[in-house]
Amino acid sequence: MKLITHNMLTSKCLKGVLTGYPLAIKATNIKVNEVDFNPDFISRIIPKLDWEVLWKAADSIGHSEGLPQTIERNYDEDKEFLKKAHRVLLEVEVEEGYLTCPESGRQFPITKGIPNMLLTEAEVQ
Amino acid sequence: MSEYRFFKMWRRYLMWFAHENVDFRYAEMQSILSMLNIPIKFVEKPCVNKPYWIVEFPTEDCIKKVASRSVLLKNCIELWSRATTAERLHSNLKNALINSSGKWIIPENSIENISDTHICPRELLLACSDDRKSFKVEVETFCKHFTMKEKVDKIENFSYLPLHGPVKLKNPDITLAYLEFYGVDPNNVPDQPHDLFFGKWVADGQRELIQTHSLKKRQFIGNTSMDAQLSLIMANQAQVNTGLIILDPFVGSGSLFIAAAHFGAYVWGSDIDFMMLHARSRPTRVGQKVRTEEESIKSNMKHYGTESRYLDVVVSDFSLTNWRGDLKFDAIITDPPYGVREPTERIGIDRENYELSDEHLVNHVPSKVDYGLPHLYSDLLNFAAKHLEIGRRLVCWYPLVREEYKEKQLPSHPCLKLIANSEQVLSKLTARRLLTYEKVSDEVPNMPVDPNAGTHSFREKYFSMGETTRRERKEKKAEDMAAYGLRQFQDIINDVS
Repeated sequence: MKLITHNMLTSKCLKGVLTGYPLAIKATNIKVNEVDFNPDFISRIIPKLDWEVLWKAADSIGHSEGLPQTIERNYDEDKEFLKKAHRVLLEVEVEEGYLTCPESGRQFPITKGIPNMLLTEAEVQ
Repeated sequence: MSEYRFFKMWRRYLMWFAHENVDFRYAEMQSILSMLNIPIKFVEKPCVNKPYWIVEFPTEDCIKKVASRSVLLKNCIELWSRATTAERLHSNLKNALINSSGKWIIPENSIENISDTHICPRELLLACSDDRKSFKVEVETFCKHFTMKEKVDKIENFSYLPLHGPVKLKNPDITLAYLEFYGVDPNNVPDQPHDLFFGKWVADGQRELIQTHSLKKRQFIGNTSMDAQLSLIMANQAQVNTGLIILDPFVGSGSLFIAAAHFGAYVWGSDIDFMMLHARSRPTRVGQKVRTEEESIKSNMKHYGTESRYLDVVVSDFSLTNWRGDLKFDAIITDPPYGVREPTERIGIDRENYELSDEHLVNHVPSKVDYGLPHLYSDLLNFAAKHLEIGRRLVCWYPLVREEYKEKQLPSHPCLKLIANSEQVLSKLTARRLLTYEKVSDEVPNMPVDPNAGTHSFREKYFSMGETTRRERKEKKAEDMAAYGLRQFQDIINDVS
């Protein structure tokens, strides 16, 4: 699971949970997998992100180094910044671990890089 | 469109299509043209029984861009002459050589919608007469086969053309094309062609992608992986382009990812099937006992060189979405399960007050209940209305019983406009339709499920209809066998007597 995906996932499907966001990450295995850098895509995705959530998530798994806590206004012209954002968003992968709902504490396992957000039949009744 | 307003002299082209998935042809081309913002003029009205269109574009660049996307287009020819008889074709070309007006001559008495008396400007021909430019002529005949000798004879008839360059069969500077169209009925081929064309080859469509993306060569496939050609058509319908963000909420083995990522999109997917996303479901290929370690959606994308555009897949139940409420996708492309080869399921249990003890919670596989098609499509349209950017598209398949089809009963939503609807026939009785919706409004009323919406219980109908025909087929076979046996018996009696 990439941090770009973490930025978009919630646990509000759980009963009684209002926002279910952001999910906390507990990672037991992290991989860094280099992929092609596309500055246009990174510039496009940044307005869709909750940057604070991204920074905290990166920090919680030890990959926030060099990443600014807030975004500058002309971020799309700052290639160094876009490269760092690219790395955190698309290259850092949580292979094993779990996501935790901030309100209920319900855990969702991540195995082989794929988060399992399924509830049990008891939870959807 | 405004940038092309000033082009006075549009160029005329023959667009030759593959004669399959005919119901998708117009929709695919419209999607590509509107995505690339390219205008088109029809010289002759398109007809489903002809695998070609005669059109005009402002520039050659336009047609090349279109060809770089279309998977149903075979090739494009800069048209020099089009006629319904060979004599007319040649006389048009000979007249073109003396047409110095710089434009197409269209005789006043020419019949509307048939352009066989039009004479092209001689500049088109003269542009190929340079003695340093090598050339070849290709002969294509539709619905009739000719030997090499016969084709060469056909080429010799064009000896009056001022082609001064050397002939070169491999990678020539100019490829000229001569096409004869003998209709689309292989059981009723006429002696003389219906239509003949001559011109200069300009560009090929993307037919070769069907081979490179073929499921036969793909490592990880599932039981309902989408055929390469249809996946590419879906990506075109969704107007997928570089850097867009796409979601497939019923991702399965990720076959729609391959096509979308090929055109430059970044892809997210989700599916309720844990085993499928982890590539641990039963192997689909005949004779394969277990899935190999390397099989996964990601490794497929690696194989096609698009791994860098793979975002993630998530195991999730579509009836209970996990995406952030304000997240907007650039397109949703999906093939939901129809309940026949893949089940329509969501998490749930029919028992009331069901509780799960903690000791069973570890590695628990949740039970599932039926996710009826009206519910599923209603959720899908509501989701698209909420999570698409304005002007962006939802492209999905919809199964139905052919004789019950009514366009009015297709799933609908006030924020989504149905802009294309093409049928793929699956059997005598059933079909699926590729529906393309565009988000036109942002008001997002969450529409309740319409219980009468279209295909409820597609599965039941599919099987009940299948059963009657199967029984009928068996009875028919038994009758035939009996009749055959009786005849044989009588023959033996006759022989003996």
